[in-house]
Amino acid sequence: MSELNTLGLGEARDLLRKGEATSVELTEACLKAIEDAGALNAFVHKTPELAMERAAAADTRLKAGDAPAMCGLPVGIKDLFCTKGVESQAASAILDGFKPEYESTVSQQLADAGAVMLGKLNMDEFAMGSSNETSTYGNVVNPWRRGNDDAPLTPGGSSGGSASAVAADLCLAATGTDTGGSIRQPAAFTGITGIKPTYGRCSRWGIIAFASSLDQAGPMTKSVRDAAIMLEAMCGHDPKDSTSADLAVPNFEAMLTGDIKGKKIGIPKEYRMEGMPGEIEQLWADGAAMLKDAGAEIVDISLPHTKYALPAYYVIAPAEASSNLARYDGVRYGQRASLAQGDGITEMYEKTRAEGFGPEVQRRVMIGTYVLSAGFYDAYYNRARRVRTLIKKDFEDVFAQGVDAILTPATPSAAFGLGEMTDADPVQMYLNDVFTVTVNLAGLPGISVPAGVDKQGLPLGLQLIGRPWEEGDLLNTAYALESAAGFVAKAGKWW
Amino acid sequence: MSIDQSTAAKVAKLARIKVEEDALPALASEFNTILGFIEQLNEVDVDGVEPMVSVTPMRLKRREDVVTDGNQQDKVLANAPDAREGFFAVPKVVE
Repeated sequence: MSELNTLGLGEARDLLRKGEATSVELTEACLKAIEDAGALNAFVHKTPELAMERAAAADTRLKAGDAPAMCGLPVGIKDLFCTKGVESQAASAILDGFKPEYESTVSQQLADAGAVMLGKLNMDEFAMGSSNETSTYGNVVNPWRRGNDDAPLTPGGSSGGSASAVAADLCLAATGTDTGGSIRQPAAFTGITGIKPTYGRCSRWGIIAFASSLDQAGPMTKSVRDAAIMLEAMCGHDPKDSTSADLAVPNFEAMLTGDIKGKKIGIPKEYRMEGMPGEIEQLWADGAAMLKDAGAEIVDISLPHTKYALPAYYVIAPAEASSNLARYDGVRYGQRASLAQGDGITEMYEKTRAEGFGPEVQRRVMIGTYVLSAGFYDAYYNRARRVRTLIKKDFEDVFAQGVDAILTPATPSAAFGLGEMTDADPVQMYLNDVFTVTVNLAGLPGISVPAGVDKQGLPLGLQLIGRPWEEGDLLNTAYALESAAGFVAKAGKWW
Repeated sequence: MSIDQSTAAKVAKLARIKVEEDALPALASEFNTILGFIEQLNEVDVDGVEPMVSVTPMRLKRREDVVTDGNQQDKVLANAPDAREGFFAVPKVVE
């Protein structure tokens, strides 16, 4: 048998149920892999004792034949999720030492489904970033390298720790969150699968807020089947989140038939970006051909407002962030700056926020403050919300024409080197999300599936975008694409 | 629209983030880069288009207007940088 930590959720579940392995063995294998992978900087708060306790409890339930869906399966949790009694600081210095008195709904549901939490995963500060270089814990390193070049690469962001940990087999799967591409882009950069469900599928309660109208949690896994298993455990109505959808959660795994005959797959012409590497263009064409071979009908479509998605996002997301992050004031939780003689409450706020927030978070909070300020609210914020309506309508129009799913590249490039974008202006970094951000603005489900490698041996992903609430159908199309692409490459272990 | 140093200082003040005087020129220049990017939105014809309020067309749930929570002062204060006698403590606000 291969090392237990290299298994996916589905395989491990089956082994546990057959009694061929125990959750304690599985958890120990992951904890060992985590200990050996300090160089990746993926796990930032480890909870081995809690994990072993939960694993032992899972083994008891498995023996008793009373095992819920994810019983005994070790997973990692992004630091954005509040976990009771365990540090949860959104990779920000301003929340240094914060230990919530409560558990996020999603992580609670995973625990209720029997999953074993191994610890908390690194990320960009407050999920603001596309390269995991804004974390107070330092950069996460991608397990993948360019051929024999040992230059460290980004795992993408903001769920970079989750991506790196799953790709390096430190855990069987991990939670991520996605506001503009933060699950799908890192999944593509590390050769794993990541799905952002429809807005409202997963409760946002207890997840540290970035941009509330865009944030969604989702699983990051080693296969589409695993994504189906874990998404089902994460989804569901929660009275504590007023935007959570009161809809039944289907058995997503049972919907993976691989049969996509007669499905209409749209190829949006606006996603053919100038300067896109030839390899990505080729991968996209190959993906379309695979779906066609599987019986789908490929149609050219147009999403005319695509170009305006990123600028609209960079009004709406900072605006919501400036409001959400107003709560970090040095009064209720986290860090307070040391004050000088005579400093009043305003100085306390200003010094605390200057010390506690990193440069990218400060930049976005201030941009958000500006676009919401008197005199600019209409020109920026309301205009961006109108454009958002048009972006959503673009998708509604193509779905009304009978399109079942849309195929696009997941990212405009493969993983780049850590530090390579340091001197670029912030907008260059924002372009990473050009293919993913439309999906958040329209509230749709989107999944990134690894589909090939570039000349340097780095993984590349394709994105499928589905109709609202039809994650099951989307996962099935992704399953067909995964089967046809046959992506099995793994990062060679150097850490 | 171009942001000068005094506007940058005003925004920092509104956001309650202390920015040193010598950091203002760089900040103003970053704002201008980002706002220049955002200004593409002016190309879009948005006449008669409603600003999006909710991405999913659903009515928010209502619940009974009754107390559902409370009596956990110690938990509320547990993470405070400075809590005294059952309250959050802050520098003097009123003279």
